[in-house]
Amino acid sequence: METICLAGKTLTLDNDGNLANCNDWNEAIACELATQEGLDELTPQHWAVITYMRAVFHKEGDAPSIRRLTRESGVDTKTLYKLFPKGPAKKAARIAGLPKPKGCI
Amino acid sequence: MRHMLILGGGTGGTMMANKLAHALDLNTWRLTVVDATGEHYYQPGFLLVPFGAYRMRDLVRPRQQYLPQGVRLIRSSIEHLNADIKTVVLASGEQLRYDCLLIATGAGIHPEQTEGLLDDEWGQNKFDFYTPTGAERLAQFLKGWQGGRLVVSITEMPIKCPVAPLEFLFLADAYFTERGMRGKVDLHLATPLSGAFTRPTSNRILGDMLRDKGISVTPDFGLARVDSREKKLVAWDDTEVPYDLLVSVPTNMGDPWIARSGIGNELNFVLTNKETLLAEGLEDVFVIGDASNLPASKAGSVVHFQSEILLANILEHIEGRPPRARFDGHANCFIESGFGKGMLIDFNYETEPLPGTFPLPGLGPFALLRESPLNHYGKLMFRWVYWNLLLRGVELPIANEMLMAGKVAA
Ligand SMILES: Cc1cc2nc3c(=O)[nH]c(=O)nc-3n(C[C@H](O)[C@H](O)[C@H](O)COP(=O)(O)OP(=O)(O)OC[C@H]3O[C@@H](n4cnc5c(N)ncnc54)[C@H](O)[C@@H]3O)c2cc1C
Repeated sequence: METICLAGKTLTLDNDGNLANCNDWNEAIACELATQEGLDELTPQHWAVITYMRAVFHKEGDAPSIRRLTRESGVDTKTLYKLFPKGPAKKAARIAGLPKPKGCI
Repeated sequence: MRHMLILGGGTGGTMMANKLAHALDLNTWRLTVVDATGEHYYQPGFLLVPFGAYRMRDLVRPRQQYLPQGVRLIRSSIEHLNADIKTVVLASGEQLRYDCLLIATGAGIHPEQTEGLLDDEWGQNKFDFYTPTGAERLAQFLKGWQGGRLVVSITEMPIKCPVAPLEFLFLADAYFTERGMRGKVDLHLATPLSGAFTRPTSNRILGDMLRDKGISVTPDFGLARVDSREKKLVAWDDTEVPYDLLVSVPTNMGDPWIARSGIGNELNFVLTNKETLLAEGLEDVFVIGDASNLPASKAGSVVHFQSEILLANILEHIEGRPPRARFDGHANCFIESGFGKGMLIDFNYETEPLPGTFPLPGLGPFALLRESPLNHYGKLMFRWVYWNLLLRGVELPIANEMLMAGKVAA
């Protein structure tokens, strides 16, 4: 298992490069993961998506798809792609300390 | 009499009707299958129709012929489920009460979900190959096509048979080469995935194959709309992919009756326990195949591996015992790679597709994640296996759970 040092903590990664344990996560780690993903800063809108993703994951054991994010987080698809360029679901999940959404199989 | 009701008489519904007709005491159980149509299609064959290798009439059989004696087939569309009173309402108005319900209504394509996809040009220079009509129209079109830029576009995951778009491109490469016009055709894949396929090792190997065959890829492409006038795909981040011929794999969704019954997710896939195959939050309801929201491939092989586990769990459940058999997400797919060769991948929820060999008594071993002629014949033979063994519920010499024998860790 690969590890990574973020915000002063050594963390284990899964095969996709996401945090292996979502309980290792905190806001400082999110900010460093965001930098790695090429984001300049995390705005309130980013945080709204991240918080929503963690809530769904906590309840259901999987992060939501883009379609569901659009429907339930109050952020439309176009904006999601602006906030988290390329793959919003994948990218937001990684920054939120969650595994890659399983829906992409 | 108790009533076992199966919704959908495709791959999963037919397979389970055969297994249940054997396993249940038909003096105390009635078995009914509901399906909207009377024709059963061998869907994996759709892939070969555009290239003239099969005609649609080679792929269709009467649904009734594959259901066992004593099973009633009702031809009607399903309207909705009222789980509180254990009743299914049909479009004909008929109401069916059940003691145990099995949902097997699969997944379908929904081009109307993407702006600009389903317009006047649909069927002119924009096609699908996931439906009988789509595949036939594309075959007709390809016969007269003079060349240009062919783009295969995946709108959104998950899709049935996630390797089918890659197979389409491999076969197109061979088709145009054999017709002496490969030089006039530019082959391209636009996909929302970060590469050719979902998991790391197969992504690398399949990605290399695309490159070797001169097929280019736009990854991370989230399709927002199709601009038919300018013949281009436009992504949410405004990236554009131009096309002359669009071969679309539109959004795949569960049937609308699932939305009307309030038992599905945002794509109308039924919320299902990924190990027991019981529907979440409903009493006496099981799900098989493409209709579920399981994080497994939507493939006929998956339906087959689920069927034995499902049978065991249904038999426990109707006796009032908790289901004990566990599905592990096992999938096993032949990939047509063109020029008479094919590949095989074998994986589950936890283990990604790995190279090596796949043992199969009598026929194998088949090469995993590597091209070989035997894999191609394996795929062709599968049509016979489908009609004669799989649908009839005959046991195949393949374990339901994924095995590591022969696989080489990455
Ligand atoms: C192009 C293509 C290539 C493929 N290649 C492969 C492959 O190589 N290998 C592989 O393993 N799998 C492949 N598959 C996938 C495979 O065909 C499916 O996964 C499998 O058929 C799923 O079985 P199912 O029983 O869940 O659904 P289906 O077999 O699709 O059956 C669903 C049934 O439900 C009925 N139905 C739906 N809604 C209603 C309603 N409201 N009322 C009444 N009836 C309804 C339908 O008429 C249908 O008969 C491919 C699929 C496609 C499209």
